[in-house]
Amino acid sequence: MENLERVVKAHPFAAELSPEHLSVVACCARNVRRSPGEFLFKEGAEAGRFYLVRKGRLALEVDVPGRGATQVESVGPGGVVGFSWLFPDHRWTLDARALETLIALEFDATCLLPKMEADPALGYALTKPLLNELYKRLNQVRLGRLDVYGQGRKDSVGGGT
Amino acid sequence: MVAVHSAIPPDGDVPLRLDEAGLRGLLEALMDDGFSLVGPKRVGQVIDYAPLGGLDELPQGIGAEQRPGHYRLTAHEGAQRQARFAYAAPASSFKRHFFVPRLTLLRAKRQTPDGSSFRVIELGQSPPKLALIGARSCDLHAIAMQDHILGGASAENPADADYVARRQGVFVVAVNCGHPASTCFCTSTGTGPAAREYFDVSLSELISDAGASYVARSGSPQGTALLARIATRPASAEELQQEADLLENAAQAIERDLPLTGLASALQSQLESPLWDSIAERCLSCTNCTLACPTCFCSSVEDSSSFDGCSAERSRRWDSCFTADHSYVHGGSVRQSTRARYRQWLTHKLGTWRDQLGDGASVPRGTEDASGCVGCGRCITWCPAGIDITREAKRLSGRG
Amino acid sequence: MSLPVLVSEGKHIEDPWLPAPTRVRRVWQELDDIVTLELEPPADFQFAAGQFNMLYAFGVGEIPVSISSDPATPERLLHTIRDVGAVSHALCSLAPGAELGLRGPYGSAWPLQDVHGRDVVVIAGGLGLAPLRPAIHGLLGQRERYGRVTLLVGARSPDDLLFPAELSAWNRGGALEVFVAVDHAPSGWGGIPDVPSHVGVVTQLLHEPGFRRGFDKQKSVALLCGPDVMFRFASRELDLLGVPRSAQYVSLERSMKCALGFCGHCQYGSLLVCRHGPVVPLSSVQRWQGVREL
Repeated sequence: MENLERVVKAHPFAAELSPEHLSVVACCARNVRRSPGEFLFKEGAEAGRFYLVRKGRLALEVDVPGRGATQVESVGPGGVVGFSWLFPDHRWTLDARALETLIALEFDATCLLPKMEADPALGYALTKPLLNELYKRLNQVRLGRLDVYGQGRKDSVGGGT
Repeated sequence: MVAVHSAIPPDGDVPLRLDEAGLRGLLEALMDDGFSLVGPKRVGQVIDYAPLGGLDELPQGIGAEQRPGHYRLTAHEGAQRQARFAYAAPASSFKRHFFVPRLTLLRAKRQTPDGSSFRVIELGQSPPKLALIGARSCDLHAIAMQDHILGGASAENPADADYVARRQGVFVVAVNCGHPASTCFCTSTGTGPAAREYFDVSLSELISDAGASYVARSGSPQGTALLARIATRPASAEELQQEADLLENAAQAIERDLPLTGLASALQSQLESPLWDSIAERCLSCTNCTLACPTCFCSSVEDSSSFDGCSAERSRRWDSCFTADHSYVHGGSVRQSTRARYRQWLTHKLGTWRDQLGDGASVPRGTEDASGCVGCGRCITWCPAGIDITREAKRLSGRG
Repeated sequence: MSLPVLVSEGKHIEDPWLPAPTRVRRVWQELDDIVTLELEPPADFQFAAGQFNMLYAFGVGEIPVSISSDPATPERLLHTIRDVGAVSHALCSLAPGAELGLRGPYGSAWPLQDVHGRDVVVIAGGLGLAPLRPAIHGLLGQRERYGRVTLLVGARSPDDLLFPAELSAWNRGGALEVFVAVDHAPSGWGGIPDVPSHVGVVTQLLHEPGFRRGFDKQKSVALLCGPDVMFRFASRELDLLGVPRSAQYVSLERSMKCALGFCGHCQYGSLLVCRHGPVVPLSSVQRWQGVREL
């Protein structure tokens, strides 16, 4: 267990967790590994986990009928995957699939959530980095939605559009 | 308030006095020397700088009333009926004679049968040699400013060859402004009403019951040489006093003022002011102010080709920051609203002008508060909504 | 006292508006809508990385286009053009051997001489990589003069990535660390060969552990070119990373008719982009950033 605690601590997500919170969180964690192409989770399935990526990269995909599966985001080492466990109806909204050999920490929500409910300080300590991650992703999604590289309609210099 | 121009022209050569015949002789001497005259003339319902055939075409006895959104010719009475220069800024400046409203920039022809190569055809334009008659100090400052924007007068900027060809060798007969309009504010911008530089000959028109006479000064060797060819005598002390009174009264008669001190930075801090919206409610984006302005210099370029595609032409025409196309970047105009366009015009003219175009292109030259405005008041007169640049500048900088 | 003499007697003034007929040597398609023209430059043509030329399509019009080739080999002059308007379409449709009109080069350059010893972070979005490629050549050409050099590239999709072979070669070469982000990609897309590639926005690359390892905010200078929104977002991330705005250089985009400082179209605050730009430190324009419709 001490070993797993060290692994969790090494991830940027846990950078500001106190040693007490770290040991509680580590109790709910386990190491997982996926080969390229294997799924971490699939859209619509029950979402009872989240992941901290240690090595390798994974793709978040949406299947678009007629166009095939489309990667909307890729997550690499240091990344956080999975927010659906926090919100009703606790189902995955995307597919997550390994692009490379993936090593990640998997957290069990059924283990973690009751502890967060019981100890608001722990709940806050975990909610903060999760919110930070969500905020970052939200900004990226907003920028992505602008389709900034889209075609213009008239000639001009520079700017690279 | 920036340094106010002394109303009294400085001592140069000995001031001379010429009568009407002398003025006629001066204009004829210039024509003899091959100059085409451009000077004030009644054109329709305005006095404008236009090609001038001689003394008799000057607008004798005619005045002009200018107010915001208002221009009317008037008839002078009494002795003033003799006056030829008793009005303020003509409808347009000299801008169109050097920075012409339309200009062919390029003619090219396809050269090979397959049309893959082309050659540029020599335009061979030889503009006339101009003498500006009755030029006002505000307008002369504007020419000197455009010299720095288009004429290569600042070494770091290129010269527009056509501008230089038209502007080069121009002869200037200035007239000291004795009859400012209500829209004038050259005492704020340090550009008048008396002409102190940028002329070869300057004149002050003195009116008495005996008729019109002129106090003339030379501003250059060419001016001295010209005056030597016509009948003059030294001006008397009485005449010089009469001139001084005229110019002092003119300076005193100017009603409007532009608060230039600290204006540029004040405007920069007001880019999001709601006052721009209140101006935009009145502004029609008609571009009149920019066309009438003697320093506005924006232009656009248009392309055309012959039906068979074998010859092509590029031409330049005046543009205005009040048009949608002016700020077109791929996809649309940056300045969509009238608010943004008026803001661009005013903050450029009175704010960013000097930083952008240099001290030489600004007045009063050599001061930190210099701007791109010469105080001629044309934008006020010719705005159909009567928007007053001095009033808006005051409101925006919290001095209204 | 008279008006100034603009040109001494008998001296001829070159007409700066006149383009030089210039032959297209080669043409190739970079992407669906992007073409590179290789031109036979006028004699003694020299340019600096970041500058642009005015290119004239016979009878159609003239547009400013950044130079996309290595300033060390000015005899090989490249322009990479997106086919978006009437003029660019005419230029993109030129065949080898045809002529266009050229005048230039104009504008300011990337400050490569001023950043010796610094780490250089190059951030390119979409076609913004084209005006930055001369800077990358310049950095690689004198590689020993610079610290760490990184290139962060954003594009809409893998198919919209400009110069992918060069991106791979640069990263393989090791002199330059390349990171790529595309807004979306087909399932299973693992990136372009030999380059860490991501699905996401380009600003995200500034948070990549691979980029952040060895990142030194004190030493870093950023060169940005891309759509306005992209570089505003990227510059905000650079602010958060502690790179001062005086060390963030951008290539600005404005309407432009003359490139000579005559036409007034490219005004941006107190700048004439054609003369004072297109490359400027962000600190010189930050007072106008965020002012709408300026």
